[in-house]
Amino acid sequence: MYVAVKGGETAIANAHRLLADRRRGDRALPSITIEQVVEQLGLAVDRVMAEASLYDCSLAALAVRQARGDMIEAIFILRAYRTTLPRFGYSEPIDTATMKVERRVSATYKDLPGGQLLGPTFDYTHRLLDPSLIVDETVVEPAAKEPGEHVMRVSDILDGEGLIEGDGEMPEGHVAGDLTREPMEFPMPRDLRLQALARGDEGFLLALAYSTQRGYGRTHPFVGEVRIGEVEVELDLPELGFAVSLGTIRVTECQMVNQFKGSAKQPPQFTRGYGLVFGQSERKAMSMSLVDRALRTDEFSEDIVAPAQDQEFVISHADNVQATGFVEHLKLPHYVDFQAELDLVRRMRREYEAARTGGEDGMKEAAE
Amino acid sequence: MDAIEEREASPEVASQRREGMRLLARATLAELVGAWEAIADKPEVAPVRGPETGLVMVRGRIGGGGDPFNLGEATVSRATVRLSTGEIGHGQLLGTDKERARHAAIFDALFQSYAHRAAVETLHRQIAARIDAEDHRKAEETAATRVDFFTMVRGED
Repeated sequence: MYVAVKGGETAIANAHRLLADRRRGDRALPSITIEQVVEQLGLAVDRVMAEASLYDCSLAALAVRQARGDMIEAIFILRAYRTTLPRFGYSEPIDTATMKVERRVSATYKDLPGGQLLGPTFDYTHRLLDPSLIVDETVVEPAAKEPGEHVMRVSDILDGEGLIEGDGEMPEGHVAGDLTREPMEFPMPRDLRLQALARGDEGFLLALAYSTQRGYGRTHPFVGEVRIGEVEVELDLPELGFAVSLGTIRVTECQMVNQFKGSAKQPPQFTRGYGLVFGQSERKAMSMSLVDRALRTDEFSEDIVAPAQDQEFVISHADNVQATGFVEHLKLPHYVDFQAELDLVRRMRREYEAARTGGEDGMKEAAE
Repeated sequence: MDAIEEREASPEVASQRREGMRLLARATLAELVGAWEAIADKPEVAPVRGPETGLVMVRGRIGGGGDPFNLGEATVSRATVRLSTGEIGHGQLLGTDKERARHAAIFDALFQSYAHRAAVETLHRQIAARIDAEDHRKAEETAATRVDFFTMVRGED
């Protein structure tokens, strides 16, 4: 028998009204604007765009505000919004070599074309709380210098010597898969894995990347290059017969270079892991590149001995919208399920007690 | 219409139009509205498609230059308009601002009309100048964070 229970409507309506009140907080304080969130909490906005897999700063900022700063809730809201929009098409692949670079560092080469450009980084700060931000002191304008030469990609430098593998080719005739269009299947080709990792949870990927460093699927990595900046997004217009630019987006790219001792088929050379993420998110791009490399076990005939190398484990659990949906659904009413289980445990307990009493009687009989 | 199609066949004009569309995609609404108001003999504008907002799947390349993969989507607004003088224009840009997309389409259409091309080119130059100045300022700010390594000489001679 299934019994539908009603009666939550008023409670739900009032709970949402209370949520709106708590979200607004003290009315004596000014309300934060979407523009303020975009400008002053930009990295929160970037994370929401990356993991919602939807690039739109204003909508992501709206989601952050609506979610009271709960990142996964904001990601969920933005991910849900995207399902309401039609798909116009696929862009031309973005060209990170022509990026308008805002930051570029390499841990493998000190002097390289374009130089080490620190950009707006937290690195080398002392991580001390800054009281000047409490009183909102005037911030000085950034320093300026005449820009230098083109910021060359590090992978192109190593490539000239043939000591590093190429950028990554899929088999002849392979068409890039799209997670938003087809159900997941394993084994999953690298292009689809990269799409899943690009929208994967930063914390989960960070932990997996960390695990590879601690010995669970060791990859011995170097950051060949991390670069952050704006790239053009171009869309082919069939009615015109050429691709036009739609504007620019900011992305973070990480080229991780890894040791490889070679195999019967391949000479010793450096292999690579790749990270590409919407917005400014170095931690995520680096984690992604480490996990990408760890997952390429089939290409290098590596044994799967650690969680980060297991693509079904990694890809199936990287999406925080799916994860939160399944974990958090447990708090929703399970009254009937639980009632059924309660009845079952009561019956089992009765049988257990009966068996024990019967057993004791039997023992007595045997003793007599 | 045939005459317009023929004009577009010229690769020079097509490339100029393509560059114009790149600039219009970055124009602010104020720039577009200002330029529209400055046009004296405005043709009638009829919508053909949109303005509408949708998604484009942004693709990246494995390793930066390898085979493509799907990175994630971006919001895009687009519009197609027809002028009373016959020209058809397309506007498409990142974001959800349909008014900007519609204005971009109008200026793409105006670019194809001899009567208005000069005015559109002026707008193109105005947008380009602003973007170049912004890009240059950002590049200068980044350049100021470039590390100048120097080596300390140690040891006996």
